Amino acid sequence: MANIFSYSIGRKLLMSLSGLFLVMFLLVHLLVNSFLILDPLLGTAEGEMYNAGVHFMTTNPFIRIMEPILAGGFIVHIVYSIILTIQNMRARGSKTYASGNKTPDVEWSSKNMFVLGIALLSFLAIHIAQFWVKMKITGDPRLDYTVEGHNAYVLVHETFQITWVMICYVIGGIALAFHLSHGFWSAFHTVGLSNSIWIPRLQKISVVIAWIIGLGFSTIALVQYLVYPLS
Amino acid sequence: MSEKKGLNLTLKVWRQKGPKEAGRFETYSVSNISPDSSFLEMMDVLNEQLIVEGKDPVAFDHDCREGICGMCSLYINGHAHGPDEDVTTCQLHMRKFKDGETVTIEPWRSAGFPVIKDLIVDRSAFDKIMAAGGFISVNTGGVPDGNAIPIPKKDADEAMDAASCIGCGACVATCKNGSAMLFVAAKVSQLALLPQGRVEAARRAKSMVAKMDELGFGNCTNTGACEVECPKGISIANIARLNREFLLAKLQD
Ligand code: HEM
Ligand code: SF4
Ligand code: FES
Repeated sequence: MANIFSYSIGRKLLMSLSGLFLVMFLLVHLLVNSFLILDPLLGTAEGEMYNAGVHFMTTNPFIRIMEPILAGGFIVHIVYSIILTIQNMRARGSKTYASGNKTPDVEWSSKNMFVLGIALLSFLAIHIAQFWVKMKITGDPRLDYTVEGHNAYVLVHETFQITWVMICYVIGGIALAFHLSHGFWSAFHTVGLSNSIWIPRLQKISVVIAWIIGLGFSTIALVQYLVYPLS
Repeated sequence: MSEKKGLNLTLKVWRQKGPKEAGRFETYSVSNISPDSSFLEMMDVLNEQLIVEGKDPVAFDHDCREGICGMCSLYINGHAHGPDEDVTTCQLHMRKFKDGETVTIEPWRSAGFPVIKDLIVDRSAFDKIMAAGGFISVNTGGVPDGNAIPIPKKDADEAMDAASCIGCGACVATCKNGSAMLFVAAKVSQLALLPQGRVEAARRAKSMVAKMDELGFGNCTNTGACEVECPKGISIANIARLNREFLLAKLQD
Protein backbone atom coordinates (compact mmCIF):
# COMPACT_ATOMS: atom_id res chain seq x y z
CA MET A 1 0.00 0.00 0.00
CA ALA A 2 2.72 2.45 1.06
CA ASN A 3 4.45 2.45 -2.32
CA ILE A 4 1.24 2.96 -4.32
CA PHE A 5 2.47 6.33 -5.61
CA SER A 6 5.49 4.75 -7.25
CA TYR A 7 3.09 3.16 -9.77
CA SER A 8 1.67 5.10 -12.71
CA ILE A 9 -1.90 4.36 -11.63
CA GLY A 10 -1.07 5.50 -8.09
CA ARG A 11 0.24 8.82 -9.39
CA LYS A 12 -2.87 9.19 -11.50
CA LEU A 13 -4.95 8.51 -8.38
CA LEU A 14 -3.38 11.57 -6.75
CA MET A 15 -4.13 13.65 -9.86
CA SER A 16 -7.75 12.61 -9.91
CA LEU A 17 -8.45 12.92 -6.18
CA SER A 18 -6.73 16.32 -5.96
CA GLY A 19 -8.59 17.41 -9.11
CA LEU A 20 -11.98 16.35 -7.73
CA PHE A 21 -11.18 18.08 -4.45
CA LEU A 22 -10.44 21.29 -6.36
CA VAL A 23 -13.76 20.91 -8.17
CA MET A 24 -15.57 20.71 -4.80
CA PHE A 25 -13.81 23.90 -3.73
CA LEU A 26 -14.77 25.64 -6.96
CA LEU A 27 -18.43 24.77 -6.44
CA VAL A 28 -18.42 26.39 -2.98
CA HIS A 29 -16.47 29.36 -4.34
CA LEU A 30 -18.95 29.78 -7.18
CA LEU A 31 -21.88 29.68 -4.76
CA VAL A 32 -20.48 32.59 -2.72
CA ASN A 33 -19.50 34.50 -5.86
CA SER A 34 -22.99 34.15 -7.27
CA PHE A 35 -24.01 36.84 -4.74
CA LEU A 36 -21.92 39.19 -6.90
CA ILE A 37 -24.66 38.80 -9.51
CA LEU A 38 -27.56 38.65 -7.06
CA ASP A 39 -26.53 41.80 -5.20
CA PRO A 40 -26.73 44.15 -8.19
CA LEU A 41 -29.79 42.28 -9.54
CA LEU A 42 -31.75 42.59 -6.32
CA GLY A 43 -30.38 46.07 -5.68
CA THR A 44 -28.97 45.06 -2.30
CA ALA A 45 -27.06 48.12 -1.17
CA GLU A 46 -23.31 47.90 -1.56
CA GLY A 47 -23.13 44.12 -1.83
CA GLU A 48 -24.77 43.14 1.44
CA MET A 49 -25.29 39.50 0.50
CA TYR A 50 -21.81 39.08 -0.88
CA ASN A 51 -20.21 40.62 2.18
CA ALA A 52 -22.27 38.39 4.44
CA GLY A 53 -21.04 35.41 2.40
CA VAL A 54 -17.42 36.52 2.67
CA HIS A 55 -17.85 37.13 6.39
CA PHE A 56 -19.22 33.62 6.84
CA MET A 57 -16.39 32.07 4.82
CA THR A 58 -13.61 33.96 6.58
CA THR A 59 -14.85 33.30 10.12
CA ASN A 60 -16.19 29.74 9.78
CA PRO A 61 -13.73 27.39 11.56
CA PHE A 62 -14.32 24.57 9.07
CA ILE A 63 -13.37 26.79 6.15
CA ARG A 64 -10.33 28.05 8.03
CA ILE A 65 -9.13 24.47 8.54
CA MET A 66 -9.77 23.77 4.86
CA GLU A 67 -7.61 26.66 3.66
CA PRO A 68 -4.18 24.98 4.11
CA ILE A 69 -5.66 21.69 2.88
CA LEU A 70 -6.84 23.50 -0.24
CA ALA A 71 -3.36 24.90 -0.81
CA GLY A 72 -2.04 21.35 -0.37
CA GLY A 73 -4.55 20.10 -2.96
CA PHE A 74 -3.30 22.65 -5.49
CA ILE A 75 0.32 21.78 -4.75
CA VAL A 76 -0.23 18.02 -5.15
CA HIS A 77 -2.19 18.55 -8.36
CA ILE A 78 0.40 20.88 -9.86
CA VAL A 79 3.50 18.93 -8.73
CA TYR A 80 2.09 15.64 -10.03
CA SER A 81 0.93 17.22 -13.27
CA ILE A 82 4.54 18.26 -13.87
CA ILE A 83 5.94 14.83 -12.94
CA LEU A 84 3.41 12.99 -15.13
CA THR A 85 3.88 15.36 -18.06
CA ILE A 86 7.69 14.97 -18.00
CA GLN A 87 7.41 11.17 -17.78
CA ASN A 88 4.93 11.16 -20.63
CA MET A 89 7.10 13.29 -22.86
CA ARG A 90 9.97 10.89 -22.21
CA ALA A 91 7.80 7.87 -22.98
CA ARG A 92 6.65 9.46 -26.24
CA GLY A 93 10.28 9.70 -27.32
CA SER A 94 12.13 12.33 -29.27
CA LYS A 95 11.08 11.24 -32.78
CA THR A 96 7.81 12.66 -33.99
CA TYR A 97 5.70 11.37 -36.87
CA ALA A 98 6.42 13.11 -40.16
CA SER A 99 2.84 12.41 -41.21
CA GLY A 100 1.49 13.82 -37.94
CA ASN A 101 -1.17 12.29 -35.75
CA LYS A 102 -4.53 12.30 -37.49
CA THR A 103 -6.54 10.21 -35.02
CA PRO A 104 -10.10 11.54 -35.28
CA ASP A 105 -12.57 12.16 -32.43
CA VAL A 106 -10.04 12.90 -29.71
CA GLU A 107 -11.18 15.65 -27.33
CA TRP A 108 -9.04 18.75 -27.79
CA SER A 109 -8.95 19.37 -24.03
CA SER A 110 -7.65 15.90 -23.32
CA LYS A 111 -4.56 16.61 -25.40
CA ASN A 112 -3.96 20.01 -23.82
CA MET A 113 -4.54 19.48 -20.11
CA PHE A 114 -1.10 20.72 -19.12
CA VAL A 115 -1.31 23.87 -21.25
CA LEU A 116 -4.77 24.57 -19.87
CA GLY A 117 -3.36 23.95 -16.39
CA ILE A 118 -0.61 26.51 -16.93
CA ALA A 119 -3.26 29.02 -18.07
CA LEU A 120 -5.19 28.29 -14.87
CA LEU A 121 -2.05 28.68 -12.79
CA SER A 122 -1.30 32.11 -14.32
CA PHE A 123 -4.86 33.11 -13.65
CA LEU A 124 -4.57 31.84 -10.10
CA ALA A 125 -1.48 33.99 -9.50
CA ILE A 126 -3.31 37.14 -10.65
CA HIS A 127 -6.39 36.21 -8.68
CA ILE A 128 -4.51 35.57 -5.44
CA ALA A 129 -2.48 38.78 -5.79
CA GLN A 130 -5.61 40.85 -6.38
CA PHE A 131 -7.86 39.54 -3.65
CA TRP A 132 -6.38 37.02 -1.24
CA VAL A 133 -3.18 39.00 -0.62
CA LYS A 134 -5.10 42.26 -0.16
CA MET A 135 -7.75 40.76 2.10
CA LYS A 136 -5.45 38.61 4.22
CA ILE A 137 -2.02 40.19 4.25
CA THR A 138 -1.50 43.72 3.00
CA GLY A 139 -4.98 45.13 3.52
CA ASP A 140 -6.44 47.72 1.14
CA PRO A 141 -7.97 51.16 1.64
CA ARG A 142 -11.08 49.99 -0.21
CA LEU A 143 -11.75 47.37 2.46
CA ASP A 144 -13.92 49.14 5.02
CA TYR A 145 -13.17 47.28 8.22
CA THR A 146 -16.21 48.65 10.01
CA VAL A 147 -18.41 46.52 7.80
CA GLU A 148 -18.81 42.79 8.47
CA GLY A 149 -16.87 40.99 5.76
CA HIS A 150 -14.57 44.01 5.32
CA ASN A 151 -16.72 45.31 2.51
CA ALA A 152 -14.95 42.97 0.15
CA TYR A 153 -17.64 43.91 -2.36
CA VAL A 154 -16.09 47.35 -3.01
CA LEU A 155 -12.65 45.85 -3.63
CA VAL A 156 -14.06 43.18 -5.94
CA HIS A 157 -16.34 45.56 -7.77
CA GLU A 158 -13.64 48.15 -8.38
CA THR A 159 -11.09 45.55 -9.46
CA PHE A 160 -13.57 44.26 -12.03
CA GLN A 161 -13.94 47.76 -13.51
CA ILE A 162 -10.48 47.32 -15.03
CA THR A 163 -10.99 45.97 -18.55
CA TRP A 164 -7.96 43.67 -18.71
CA VAL A 165 -8.90 42.14 -15.36
CA MET A 166 -12.39 41.37 -16.63
CA ILE A 167 -10.94 39.83 -19.81
CA CYS A 168 -8.54 37.68 -17.73
CA TYR A 169 -11.44 36.35 -15.71
CA VAL A 170 -13.56 35.58 -18.76
CA ILE A 171 -10.65 33.73 -20.39
CA GLY A 172 -9.79 32.02 -17.08
CA GLY A 173 -13.37 30.74 -16.82
CA ILE A 174 -13.28 29.38 -20.36
CA ALA A 175 -9.90 27.68 -19.78
CA LEU A 176 -11.36 26.12 -16.64
CA ALA A 177 -14.36 24.86 -18.59
CA PHE A 178 -12.08 23.15 -21.11
CA HIS A 179 -9.85 21.69 -18.38
CA LEU A 180 -12.81 20.25 -16.54
CA SER A 181 -14.77 19.05 -19.57
CA HIS A 182 -12.08 16.38 -19.85
CA GLY A 183 -10.79 16.37 -16.28
CA PHE A 184 -14.05 15.61 -14.52
CA TRP A 185 -14.91 12.38 -16.33
CA SER A 186 -11.25 11.44 -16.59
CA ALA A 187 -10.96 11.56 -12.79
CA PHE A 188 -13.79 9.03 -12.43
CA HIS A 189 -12.21 6.83 -15.07
CA THR A 190 -8.87 6.97 -13.26
CA VAL A 191 -10.31 5.76 -9.96
CA GLY A 192 -12.06 2.98 -11.85
CA LEU A 193 -15.61 4.31 -11.40
CA SER A 194 -16.55 3.95 -15.04
CA ASN A 195 -17.50 1.31 -17.58
CA SER A 196 -18.84 1.10 -21.12
CA ILE A 197 -22.29 2.31 -20.00
CA TRP A 198 -21.00 5.13 -17.81
CA ILE A 199 -18.22 6.51 -20.06
CA PRO A 200 -20.66 8.38 -22.36
CA ARG A 201 -22.82 9.43 -19.39
CA LEU A 202 -19.85 10.74 -17.40
CA GLN A 203 -18.57 12.57 -20.47
CA LYS A 204 -21.88 14.40 -20.84
CA ILE A 205 -22.10 15.20 -17.11
CA SER A 206 -18.50 16.41 -17.32
CA VAL A 207 -19.23 18.89 -20.11
CA VAL A 208 -22.30 20.25 -18.29
CA ILE A 209 -20.51 20.69 -14.95
CA ALA A 210 -17.41 22.15 -16.62
CA TRP A 211 -19.32 24.84 -18.51
CA ILE A 212 -21.59 25.69 -15.57
CA ILE A 213 -18.52 26.31 -13.39
CA GLY A 214 -16.39 27.95 -16.09
CA LEU A 215 -19.04 30.21 -17.61
CA GLY A 216 -20.34 30.89 -14.08
CA PHE A 217 -17.09 32.60 -13.13
CA SER A 218 -16.82 34.34 -16.52
CA THR A 219 -20.38 35.69 -16.26
CA ILE A 220 -19.81 37.04 -12.75
CA ALA A 221 -16.78 39.01 -13.92
CA LEU A 222 -18.72 40.32 -16.91
CA VAL A 223 -21.78 41.34 -14.88
CA GLN A 224 -19.59 43.15 -12.35
CA TYR A 225 -17.82 44.97 -15.18
CA LEU A 226 -21.08 46.08 -16.74
CA VAL A 227 -22.79 47.10 -13.48
CA TYR A 228 -22.81 50.81 -12.69
CA PRO A 229 -19.88 52.01 -10.67
CA LEU A 230 -20.84 52.37 -7.02
CA SER A 231 -21.94 55.85 -6.06
CA MET B 1 -15.87 -6.82 -66.77
CA SER B 2 -13.84 -3.68 -66.94
CA GLU B 3 -10.30 -3.79 -65.66
CA LYS B 4 -9.85 -1.67 -62.50
CA LYS B 5 -7.26 1.01 -63.01
CA GLY B 6 -3.95 0.39 -61.22
CA LEU B 7 -2.65 3.00 -58.77
CA ASN B 8 0.53 4.98 -59.21
CA LEU B 9 1.88 6.07 -55.86
CA THR B 10 4.79 7.98 -54.39
CA LEU B 11 6.04 6.34 -51.19
CA LYS B 12 7.98 8.16 -48.49
CA VAL B 13 9.49 5.33 -46.47
CA TRP B 14 11.55 5.54 -43.26
CA ARG B 15 14.89 3.79 -43.80
CA GLN B 16 17.22 3.10 -40.91
CA LYS B 17 20.12 0.62 -41.10
CA GLY B 18 20.18 -0.32 -37.42
CA PRO B 19 19.08 0.65 -33.92
CA LYS B 20 21.96 3.09 -33.47
CA GLU B 21 22.06 4.60 -36.97
CA ALA B 22 20.31 7.83 -37.87
CA GLY B 23 17.42 7.10 -40.21
CA ARG B 24 15.84 9.18 -42.97
CA PHE B 25 13.02 9.12 -45.45
CA GLU B 26 13.57 7.72 -48.94
CA THR B 27 11.16 8.38 -51.75
CA TYR B 28 10.10 5.57 -54.11
CA SER B 29 7.48 5.22 -56.82
CA VAL B 30 5.34 2.19 -57.46
CA SER B 31 3.01 1.88 -60.42
CA ASN B 32 0.00 -0.10 -61.50
CA ILE B 33 -0.85 -1.31 -57.96
CA SER B 34 -4.14 -3.18 -57.90
CA PRO B 35 -6.76 -1.46 -55.69
CA ASP B 36 -7.73 -4.97 -54.56
CA SER B 37 -4.29 -5.74 -53.16
CA SER B 38 -3.39 -5.29 -49.53
CA PHE B 39 -0.97 -2.70 -48.23
CA LEU B 40 1.65 -5.35 -47.51
CA GLU B 41 1.29 -6.76 -51.03
CA MET B 42 2.05 -3.26 -52.27
CA MET B 43 5.14 -3.31 -50.01
CA ASP B 44 6.11 -6.66 -51.57
CA VAL B 45 5.89 -5.08 -55.03
CA LEU B 46 8.14 -2.25 -53.84
CA ASN B 47 10.65 -4.70 -52.38
CA GLU B 48 10.81 -6.81 -55.55
CA GLN B 49 11.46 -3.63 -57.45
CA LEU B 50 14.27 -2.68 -55.02
CA ILE B 51 15.84 -6.13 -55.24
CA VAL B 52 15.85 -5.97 -59.05
CA GLU B 53 17.55 -2.56 -58.78
CA GLY B 54 20.16 -4.15 -56.48
CA LYS B 55 19.01 -2.14 -53.46
CA ASP B 56 18.30 -3.23 -49.90
CA PRO B 57 14.59 -4.16 -49.54
CA VAL B 58 12.53 -2.35 -46.88
CA ALA B 59 12.35 -4.34 -43.64
CA PHE B 60 8.86 -4.55 -42.11
CA ASP B 61 7.17 -6.96 -39.70
CA HIS B 62 4.42 -9.32 -40.88
CA ASP B 63 3.33 -12.90 -40.38
CA CYS B 64 -0.27 -14.12 -40.64
CA ARG B 65 -1.44 -11.41 -43.05
CA GLU B 66 -4.99 -11.96 -41.89
CA GLY B 67 -5.25 -9.69 -38.86
CA ILE B 68 -4.70 -12.17 -36.06
CA CYS B 69 -1.01 -12.31 -35.19
CA GLY B 70 -0.27 -8.65 -34.41
CA MET B 71 3.05 -8.55 -36.23
CA CYS B 72 2.32 -5.96 -38.90
CA SER B 73 2.88 -2.47 -37.60
CA LEU B 74 3.10 0.40 -40.03
CA TYR B 75 2.24 4.02 -39.31
CA ILE B 76 0.68 5.26 -42.53
CA ASN B 77 -0.34 8.85 -43.32
CA GLY B 78 -0.86 9.86 -39.69
CA HIS B 79 -2.56 6.67 -38.51
CA ALA B 80 -1.30 3.48 -36.90
CA HIS B 81 -2.37 0.72 -39.35
CA GLY B 82 -3.35 3.38 -41.90
CA PRO B 83 -6.53 5.26 -42.71
CA ASP B 84 -9.11 2.45 -42.44
CA GLU B 85 -11.00 1.63 -39.22
CA ASP B 86 -10.66 -1.55 -37.17
CA VAL B 87 -8.14 -3.21 -39.48
CA THR B 88 -4.50 -4.14 -39.20
CA THR B 89 -1.97 -3.02 -41.81
CA CYS B 90 -2.16 -6.42 -43.50
CA GLN B 91 -5.94 -6.06 -43.85
CA LEU B 92 -5.72 -2.55 -45.27
CA HIS B 93 -6.75 -2.40 -48.92
CA MET B 94 -5.05 -0.25 -51.51
CA ARG B 95 -8.49 1.00 -52.62
CA LYS B 96 -8.28 3.29 -49.57
CA PHE B 97 -5.69 5.32 -51.49
CA LYS B 98 -6.06 7.60 -54.48
CA ASP B 99 -4.10 7.41 -57.69
CA GLY B 100 -1.14 9.80 -57.56
CA GLU B 101 -1.20 10.04 -53.75
CA THR B 102 1.94 10.37 -51.65
CA VAL B 103 1.95 7.78 -48.88
CA THR B 104 4.16 8.31 -45.82
CA ILE B 105 5.20 5.07 -44.09
CA GLU B 106 6.84 5.22 -40.67
CA PRO B 107 7.68 2.79 -37.88
CA TRP B 108 5.81 2.85 -34.54
CA ARG B 109 7.35 5.69 -32.57
CA SER B 110 7.68 5.60 -28.79
CA ALA B 111 10.48 5.24 -26.29
CA GLY B 112 9.16 1.78 -25.37
CA PHE B 113 9.50 0.53 -28.98
CA PRO B 114 12.99 1.34 -30.32
CA VAL B 115 13.54 0.91 -34.06
CA ILE B 116 15.52 -2.22 -35.01
CA LYS B 117 15.67 -1.66 -38.76
CA ASP B 118 13.62 0.43 -41.21
CA LEU B 119 9.99 -0.11 -40.19
CA ILE B 120 10.61 -2.87 -37.64
CA VAL B 121 10.47 -1.90 -33.96
CA ASP B 122 11.37 -3.94 -30.91
CA ARG B 123 8.11 -4.85 -29.16
CA SER B 124 9.62 -7.36 -26.75
CA ALA B 125 8.51 -5.00 -23.96
CA PHE B 126 5.00 -6.42 -24.48
CA ASP B 127 6.32 -9.96 -24.00
CA LYS B 128 8.00 -8.88 -20.77
CA ILE B 129 4.73 -7.38 -19.52
CA MET B 130 2.93 -10.64 -20.37
CA ALA B 131 5.61 -12.69 -18.62
CA ALA B 132 5.10 -10.52 -15.52
CA GLY B 133 1.55 -11.77 -15.00
CA GLY B 134 -0.50 -12.21 -18.17
CA PHE B 135 -1.22 -15.89 -17.52
CA ILE B 136 -3.04 -18.29 -15.19
CA SER B 137 -1.31 -21.07 -13.30
CA VAL B 138 -2.98 -24.50 -13.52
CA ASN B 139 -1.99 -27.97 -12.47
CA THR B 140 -1.27 -30.40 -15.26
CA GLY B 141 -3.57 -33.43 -15.48
CA GLY B 142 -6.92 -34.11 -17.05
CA VAL B 143 -8.49 -31.33 -19.10
CA PRO B 144 -11.31 -29.83 -16.98
CA ASP B 145 -14.79 -29.63 -18.50
CA GLY B 146 -15.11 -26.23 -20.13
CA ASN B 147 -18.66 -25.80 -18.85
CA ALA B 148 -18.00 -26.93 -15.27
CA ILE B 149 -18.02 -23.33 -14.02
CA PRO B 150 -20.99 -21.32 -15.32
CA ILE B 151 -19.95 -17.86 -16.53
CA PRO B 152 -22.46 -15.05 -17.20
CA LYS B 153 -22.80 -14.35 -20.93
CA LYS B 154 -21.89 -10.68 -20.41
CA ASP B 155 -18.61 -11.57 -18.67
CA ALA B 156 -17.75 -14.19 -21.27
CA ASP B 157 -18.40 -11.67 -24.08
CA GLU B 158 -16.38 -8.92 -22.45
CA ALA B 159 -13.50 -11.30 -21.72
CA MET B 160 -13.59 -12.46 -25.34
CA ASP B 161 -13.57 -8.86 -26.59
CA ALA B 162 -10.57 -8.07 -24.39
CA ALA B 163 -8.82 -11.25 -25.53
CA SER B 164 -9.09 -10.14 -29.15
CA CYS B 165 -6.18 -7.76 -28.50
CA ILE B 166 -3.36 -9.03 -30.73
CA GLY B 167 -0.58 -7.11 -29.00
CA CYS B 168 0.31 -5.08 -32.07
CA GLY B 169 1.20 -1.91 -30.15
CA ALA B 170 -0.83 0.53 -32.26
CA CYS B 171 -2.19 1.94 -28.98
CA VAL B 172 1.31 2.85 -27.78
CA ALA B 173 2.26 4.17 -31.21
CA THR B 174 -0.79 6.46 -31.21
CA CYS B 175 -0.84 7.63 -27.59
CA LYS B 176 0.54 11.12 -26.97
CA ASN B 177 1.90 9.76 -23.68
CA GLY B 178 3.43 6.58 -25.15
CA SER B 179 1.23 4.69 -22.71
CA ALA B 180 0.65 0.94 -22.92
CA MET B 181 -2.49 1.06 -20.77
CA LEU B 182 -4.90 -0.20 -23.46
CA PHE B 183 -2.81 -3.28 -24.10
CA VAL B 184 -2.23 -4.02 -20.40
CA ALA B 185 -5.91 -3.31 -19.65
CA ALA B 186 -6.99 -5.80 -22.33
CA LYS B 187 -4.60 -8.46 -21.07
CA VAL B 188 -5.63 -7.96 -17.44
CA SER B 189 -9.33 -7.87 -18.32
CA GLN B 190 -9.39 -11.02 -20.44
CA LEU B 191 -8.43 -12.95 -17.30
CA ALA B 192 -9.92 -10.78 -14.54
CA LEU B 193 -13.42 -11.31 -15.95
CA LEU B 194 -13.26 -15.10 -15.67
CA PRO B 195 -13.29 -17.23 -12.49
CA GLN B 196 -10.08 -19.01 -13.51
CA GLY B 197 -8.36 -15.65 -13.75
CA ARG B 198 -9.63 -14.32 -10.40
CA VAL B 199 -7.26 -16.55 -8.42
CA GLU B 200 -4.19 -14.52 -9.36
CA ALA B 201 -5.99 -11.27 -10.27
CA ALA B 202 -4.51 -9.01 -7.59
CA ARG B 203 -0.93 -10.13 -8.14
CA ARG B 204 -1.37 -9.95 -11.91
CA ALA B 205 -2.64 -6.35 -11.95
CA LYS B 206 0.19 -5.17 -9.73
CA SER B 207 3.03 -6.93 -11.51
CA MET B 208 1.88 -6.11 -15.03
CA VAL B 209 1.48 -2.42 -14.16
CA ALA B 210 4.87 -2.42 -12.40
CA LYS B 211 6.52 -3.96 -15.47
CA MET B 212 4.79 -1.53 -17.80
CA ASP B 213 6.09 1.40 -15.72
CA GLU B 214 9.58 -0.08 -15.46
CA LEU B 215 9.84 -0.43 -19.24
CA GLY B 216 9.25 3.29 -19.68
CA PHE B 217 5.67 3.48 -20.98
CA GLY B 218 3.80 6.67 -20.06
CA ASN B 219 0.97 7.51 -17.68
CA CYS B 220 -2.53 7.29 -19.20
CA THR B 221 -4.47 10.57 -19.34
CA ASN B 222 -7.61 9.07 -20.87
CA THR B 223 -7.45 10.81 -24.24
CA GLY B 224 -9.01 7.73 -25.85
CA ALA B 225 -6.87 7.99 -29.01
CA CYS B 226 -5.76 4.37 -28.49
CA GLU B 227 -9.23 2.87 -28.84
CA VAL B 228 -9.83 4.84 -32.04
CA GLU B 229 -6.73 3.43 -33.76
CA CYS B 230 -6.86 -0.06 -32.19
CA PRO B 231 -7.46 -2.56 -35.02
CA LYS B 232 -9.53 -4.71 -32.66
CA GLY B 233 -11.68 -1.92 -31.22
CA ILE B 234 -10.54 -2.64 -27.65
CA SER B 235 -12.54 -0.23 -25.45
CA ILE B 236 -11.04 2.11 -22.88
CA ALA B 237 -13.66 0.68 -20.50
CA ASN B 238 -10.96 -1.95 -20.00
CA ILE B 239 -8.65 0.79 -18.70
CA ALA B 240 -11.23 1.73 -16.06
CA ARG B 241 -11.34 -1.97 -15.11
CA LEU B 242 -7.53 -2.13 -14.88
CA ASN B 243 -7.52 0.98 -12.65
CA ARG B 244 -10.15 -0.67 -10.44
CA GLU B 245 -8.28 -4.00 -10.32
CA PHE B 246 -4.99 -2.32 -9.53
CA LEU B 247 -6.28 0.08 -6.87
CA LEU B 248 -8.31 -2.62 -5.08
CA ALA B 249 -5.31 -4.96 -5.15
CA LYS B 250 -3.05 -2.25 -3.79
CA LEU B 251 -5.51 -1.38 -1.00
CA GLN B 252 -5.24 -4.96 0.26
CA ASP B 253 -1.46 -4.81 0.68
C1 HEM C 1 -8.94 25.17 -10.43
C2 HEM C 1 -8.02 24.44 -10.70
C3 HEM C 1 -8.02 23.02 -11.24
C4 HEM C 1 -9.00 22.04 -11.22
C5 HEM C 1 -10.39 22.14 -10.63
C6 HEM C 1 -8.46 20.88 -11.88
C7 HEM C 1 -9.12 19.69 -12.06
C8 HEM C 1 -8.60 18.57 -12.69
C9 HEM C 1 -9.21 17.28 -12.79
C10 HEM C 1 -10.56 16.90 -12.22
C11 HEM C 1 -8.36 16.46 -13.49
C12 HEM C 1 -8.59 15.02 -13.88
C13 HEM C 1 -7.73 14.05 -13.15
C14 HEM C 1 -7.66 12.69 -13.84
O1 HEM C 1 -7.72 12.60 -15.04
O2 HEM C 1 -7.50 11.68 -13.15
C15 HEM C 1 -7.22 17.24 -13.83
C16 HEM C 1 -6.15 16.78 -14.57
C17 HEM C 1 -5.02 17.49 -14.86
N1 HEM C 1 -4.75 18.78 -14.46
FE1 HEM C 1 -5.95 19.96 -13.38
N2 HEM C 1 -7.19 21.17 -12.29
C18 HEM C 1 -6.89 22.46 -11.90
C19 HEM C 1 -5.70 23.15 -12.08
C20 HEM C 1 -4.60 22.63 -12.73
C21 HEM C 1 -3.31 23.28 -12.81
C22 HEM C 1 -2.99 24.62 -12.17
C23 HEM C 1 -2.51 22.45 -13.57
C24 HEM C 1 -1.07 22.58 -14.00
C25 HEM C 1 -0.26 23.53 -13.88
C26 HEM C 1 -3.28 21.31 -13.96
C27 HEM C 1 -2.83 20.28 -14.75
C28 HEM C 1 -3.50 19.10 -14.97
C29 HEM C 1 -2.98 18.00 -15.74
C30 HEM C 1 -1.64 17.95 -16.48
C31 HEM C 1 -3.93 16.98 -15.67
C32 HEM C 1 -3.77 15.59 -16.25
C33 HEM C 1 -4.60 15.31 -17.39
C34 HEM C 1 -5.31 13.99 -17.22
O3 HEM C 1 -4.82 13.10 -16.53
O4 HEM C 1 -6.37 13.83 -17.80
N3 HEM C 1 -4.54 21.43 -13.42
N4 HEM C 1 -7.37 18.52 -13.33
S1 SF4 D 1 -5.10 -2.88 -27.51
FE1 SF4 D 1 -5.46 -2.81 -29.73
S2 SF4 D 1 -3.85 -1.44 -30.48
FE2 SF4 D 1 -3.21 -2.08 -28.43
S3 SF4 D 1 -1.94 -3.89 -28.73
FE3 SF4 D 1 -4.03 -4.65 -28.42
S4 SF4 D 1 -4.89 -4.83 -30.50
FE4 SF4 D 1 -3.05 -3.56 -30.70
S1 FES E 1 0.43 -9.77 -40.30
FE1 FES E 1 -0.63 -10.77 -38.66
S2 FES E 1 -1.96 -9.18 -38.01
FE2 FES E 1 -1.07 -8.30 -39.77
